[in-house]
Amino acid sequence: MGTKILLDKINIPGIKTYEVYRANGGYASVEKALKTLTPDEVTEEVKTSGLRGRGGAGFPMGLKWSFIDKKSGKPRHLVCNADESEPGTFKDRYLMEYIPHLLIEGMITSSYALGANLSYIYIRGEYMWVYKILERAIKEAYAAGWLGKNILGTDFSLDLHVHCGAGAYICGEETALIESLEGKRGNPRIKPPFPAVSGLWTNPTVVNNVESISAVPWIVMNSGEEYAKIGVGRSTGTKLISASGHIKNPGVYEIELGLSVEEFMNSDEYLGGMMNDRPLKALVPGGSSVPILPANLIYKTAAGEDRLMTYESLSDGGFATGSMLGSGGFIVYNDTTCIVRNTWNFSRFYHHESCGQCTPCREGTGWLEKVLHRIEHGHGRMEDIDLLWDIQSKIEGNTICPLGDAASWPVAAAIRHFREEFEYHIRFPERIKNRDHFVNEPFEKVRNLV
Amino acid sequence: MKVTIDGQEIDVEPGTTILQAARMIGGDLVPPAMCYYSKLKGSGGKCRCCLVEVSKGSEADPRPMPKLVASCVTGCMDGMEVNSSASPRVEEARKSVTEFLLINHPLDCPVCDQAGECDLQNLSFQHGKSQTRFIEEKRTFEPEDIGDKIQLHMNRCILCQRCVQLADQLCDGRVHGVMNRGDHAQISTYITNAIDNEFSGNMIDVCPVGALTDKTFRFKSRVWFNKPYNAHRNCDKCCGKTTVWMFGDEIQRVTARKDEYHEVEDFICNTCRFDKKDVKDWVIEGPRKFEKFSVINRNKYALNAPKVEIKTEDQILLGRKEDQKKISMVKVPLNNTNDNSKS
Repeated sequence: MGTKILLDKINIPGIKTYEVYRANGGYASVEKALKTLTPDEVTEEVKTSGLRGRGGAGFPMGLKWSFIDKKSGKPRHLVCNADESEPGTFKDRYLMEYIPHLLIEGMITSSYALGANLSYIYIRGEYMWVYKILERAIKEAYAAGWLGKNILGTDFSLDLHVHCGAGAYICGEETALIESLEGKRGNPRIKPPFPAVSGLWTNPTVVNNVESISAVPWIVMNSGEEYAKIGVGRSTGTKLISASGHIKNPGVYEIELGLSVEEFMNSDEYLGGMMNDRPLKALVPGGSSVPILPANLIYKTAAGEDRLMTYESLSDGGFATGSMLGSGGFIVYNDTTCIVRNTWNFSRFYHHESCGQCTPCREGTGWLEKVLHRIEHGHGRMEDIDLLWDIQSKIEGNTICPLGDAASWPVAAAIRHFREEFEYHIRFPERIKNRDHFVNEPFEKVRNLV
Repeated sequence: MKVTIDGQEIDVEPGTTILQAARMIGGDLVPPAMCYYSKLKGSGGKCRCCLVEVSKGSEADPRPMPKLVASCVTGCMDGMEVNSSASPRVEEARKSVTEFLLINHPLDCPVCDQAGECDLQNLSFQHGKSQTRFIEEKRTFEPEDIGDKIQLHMNRCILCQRCVQLADQLCDGRVHGVMNRGDHAQISTYITNAIDNEFSGNMIDVCPVGALTDKTFRFKSRVWFNKPYNAHRNCDKCCGKTTVWMFGDEIQRVTARKDEYHEVEDFICNTCRFDKKDVKDWVIEGPRKFEKFSVINRNKYALNAPKVEIKTEDQILLGRKEDQKKISMVKVPLNNTNDNSKS
């Protein structure tokens, strides 16, 4: 059993309420930070911890905090990114739904470190029930004196609001989130300037994910050094993984970074192996935007080493044989999965969610989806595979925000690792019309185009 | 600060973007721009036409930038080295952006009012491919009436959002904007609203394609049949300096004066643009020249046709010979009329 930082109190009955949360040591980090530490010392602890942003990009959180412009004299803001919209990712919802005070505690401590007196939680529109839970929890925190003027009799004051988005994936991108929070259309901004210099209402702003902020209370209480001891190398601490797909035990798990993928997949403590014991075909380890891994590269890296649940190991040093830890949306596929259909499904999502601001993303995602739709529905041409490859390569890296990359990577990886399946769809369209094909015929037969 | 673009060095002020620096140098290295408009604050960065390669970041940090950057929103650094038209990577990116822009843009230049002065036409002329790889059905929109002065043809829109920014910055109470997302996004007015503002006509000038056209000029003439003249009048709302487009003695269209990058020098009011179509309203200054290489200039600077010398006598004699041949031709026997009579 690994260390639990975020979910250690989750099973306590009534932990959602303020009284139970407080009785179990809640808000202690606020007390410690406000009474014994300076804001810079809190930032230093987070830096020492090596905590990397858990939203997907994995940027060191303490470093991000240190970029905030403190000299401008403008008000500063902390914005919690709770716009969890990546398909396959549902970890933040779990935290906010079952232990909302942990996030609020993290928000207060983090806001103190940043010198922010007005902070926001930007939650996706589809999480309306979680929004209500957070509203209630914030009300309780105000009533108990953890929010508002002169918290614990100190000079530090903080107002915290929950803002409900209208339901757009792009609003998970930090600058689009800020635009949306300002009441505008959720379009990503051109960077620079970065939010740390000019963010919400042109004030210095830090945007952090729910999971990242929820880890701050533990770091403040136990020191960054202790946190850094968990994990491997630059992947420190624990990570929430939301597992779904053809596995025995889907759900949200807190793992220590550095756990092997094989153990995570097959041990009864975690996923418990493949559902109905069918063969493993592919894996998306970090949410729909990251490259898919074929069976032979799931447990071992290209170098033949054990693949670990870390940023570095999963990415395979940036080679095409790797993927990404991303947001931790762990989607497992067995041999009955049609990769083409799956890729089309992802592509359809990115086409629908592209904000339409920049040309390669607006036009490219639509084109990708249309070609994949054609292949999937038996109207593909052999040259379409190269066309798909070409389109995705022209989207990647040429867009304003990472949505373009997110749309192109799954297509690139699917073609790279499962090209035979695309060819199969094109050569035998009549067989594809019957979806039972992938259930009745063994995967190897499909791959060999028999 | 010293910046080198395609091997040409220039001194620029801090805060200058790469595109601005390139325009200072001029020539072929200037990146194309569909959404950037120097007169509109906050424009640029969207169309990705102006991507360039930064091969050296600056003197302080000489590392090259890993990705191509949008030159219109990227500031120059001292010692920066940029590859624009000289870079195959940039050329490829521009080709791909052109291809992306054209997949849903109808290729109806022959019937489009913007033909001849369309930035997308120029872009595809320089960076386009001869054949499309897009075999799917193009995205289309229902026609929409947005007011009595401007015609919206949404199928041609490339979502550069210049018109929205212009309305934001120049007009009172913007009533139009971008609706929906992705390639479903469209320019539209708020429900039951029509665009009616004294400066709204400038939206036509800033539109790089034929999505927003002048209802008073629509289908009256092709621009290359018009003669553009610089003209001015005393106007209490705007500078009154315009270009009038004449067909014979008739003023068919009035626009703002545009520079070599198709950007207006001064925005003009709707009165000057739509209501003053009489020659007496204007003081004509003289013909207006177009410096920039563009499709509109193709007709004006066409190669001279080789001079044909007709030797009259020879031609006449040749004609006579041909006639004589015809006259002396053996008659073709007629069909057997008896057979016909029998039937």
